[in-house]
Amino acid sequence: MIEFRSVSKRFPDGTLAVEDFSLVLPSHQTTVLVGSSGSGKTTLLRMINRMVDPSSGSVEIDGEDIATLPPVKLRRGIGYVMQNSGLLPHRTVVDNVATVPLLRGTPKSQARQDALTLLDTVGLDRSLADRYPSQLSGGQQQRVGVARGLAVNPNILLMDEPFGAVDPIVRAELQQELVRLQKELDKTVVFVTHDIEEAFLLGDQIVILREGGRIAQVGSPADLLAHPADDFVASFVGADRGRRALHVERHGDEDVVVDSDGRLAGVLDSARRAGMAADPEAAR
Amino acid sequence: MNLFADAIDWILDPANYTGLNAIPLRLGQHLLFTLVTLLIAAAIAIPIGYLIGHTGRGRGLAVTTSGGLRAIPTLGLLTLVALWVGVGVVAPYVALTVLAIPPILAGAYTGFEAIDRRTVDAARAVGMSELQIVRKVEVPLGLPLLIGRLRSATLQVIATATLAAYVADIGLGRYLFSGLKTRDYAQMLGGSILVILLALALEGIFALIQRFAVPRGVSGRLAIPKPSTLRTERSTAAR
Ligand SMILES: Nc1ncnc2c1ncn2[C@@H]1O[C@H](COP(=O)(O)OP(=O)(O)OP(=O)(O)O)[C@@H](O)[C@H]1O
Ligand SMILES: [Mg+2]
Repeated sequence: MIEFRSVSKRFPDGTLAVEDFSLVLPSHQTTVLVGSSGSGKTTLLRMINRMVDPSSGSVEIDGEDIATLPPVKLRRGIGYVMQNSGLLPHRTVVDNVATVPLLRGTPKSQARQDALTLLDTVGLDRSLADRYPSQLSGGQQQRVGVARGLAVNPNILLMDEPFGAVDPIVRAELQQELVRLQKELDKTVVFVTHDIEEAFLLGDQIVILREGGRIAQVGSPADLLAHPADDFVASFVGADRGRRALHVERHGDEDVVVDSDGRLAGVLDSARRAGMAADPEAAR
Repeated sequence: MNLFADAIDWILDPANYTGLNAIPLRLGQHLLFTLVTLLIAAAIAIPIGYLIGHTGRGRGLAVTTSGGLRAIPTLGLLTLVALWVGVGVVAPYVALTVLAIPPILAGAYTGFEAIDRRTVDAARAVGMSELQIVRKVEVPLGLPLLIGRLRSATLQVIATATLAAYVADIGLGRYLFSGLKTRDYAQMLGGSILVILLALALEGIFALIQRFAVPRGVSGRLAIPKPSTLRTERSTAAR
């Protein structure tokens, strides 16, 4: 469990990036931080591995204030996938993935073997193992970044817009990959994005941020859609428009679902509708 | 033109290959003097430059000091140190080390500064200690710029090392000074040619080192050509 306790961050130049932020991020769940550019997402994420130290307040991991932990050791135990891939340009793919295990003293051949397995895990061909980052496409680099984040088998995985730089098709692929991985690996994931669709797809808990890291609303995707706290959240999650604002129209003896633009979204199955009403969880 | 022929004759004259003024001996002294000077300068400048480059602190001071050092006339400094510590090899070592420090210092910290901040940030974020960041990331990535500045420092020292003969009987400068005194212009020119040849030889070596100093994976020096490059090469070859 990760807990932020009234955390604020003012950078030396005076920017107040995060103001009085408190949140619990449950273990083995994916928490997604969503918000527009400059809302403090990266700053919050980097407070978890002490790349940024709070100006006030504290961050705890499993009840322990991380300000008391040596940063280098802390970081080696936390996977971090950066907004840009953050790979070391002078190291091959496999060496990049093996960076942290090697720092931790894993024997070279073992680290290499593990790294190759991780390339499989993130869906990268092993033939790319001896290439340099500059010889990879953006999407491939991001996958290497994810593989490196997983290399120490961390309990906590921080992902900062890991799929921001890739085209929509590859992004969808990587998202599915992550959903699959998360089922398998069961890590505590903190994921940053400004794409609400991505947040709905990946998040167990979604945090909508305003400027200065102020929380607009925290909740499951269903909570946010069904009960947006205010207009800001409603417009952010798109509950008020397009294909999320659905209503039922009667066509003969069938109920059809129509979105706010009047486009047909689907048919309401009356048998399933009854089931859904009985089991609200299934509505998700 | 005749003078030039005389100079070549002087270089080839077997009489100049024996005794205290033997050309190989002088060449060796000059080279050794240059290398030792560079080593001393590097031992002082590189750690300081790395510290400045890594921490980003003290850059202003380094620039000012380097500017100051550069402004000192080497001959003046040489004379001054010689007056202070006496005639001998110490004075030229001091004077030329002072000459070599600014470029090497600048090479060390600009090499670090030129590295993408995000690369260093990423290295720190995955859990490298500061020392590991320096050793495993900044030094290899900053090497090309450092070697470039070492190269120019070497040229400066080789050329200026002729001044060493002004206060100590060492190096190729001896030919210039004694040639000037006795109006033996063939010897003077011959000595200069030797200095130039030595400089060119070191230039060649540095050009090679510089190529290999660029880490693989960085700026064009790639291990495996991309398929597209291969194709272009092949089609060019076919034509
Ligand atoms: N090192 C820093 N020094 C000064 N200000 C900073 C620093 N890092 C971030 N900021 C400022 O803090 C605020 C929050 O930045 P942050 O990077 O956390 O935003 P973000 O939500 O991740 O944005 P994006 O979606 O563009 O990545 C911004 O106003 C930014 O300019
Ligand atoms: Mg960010």
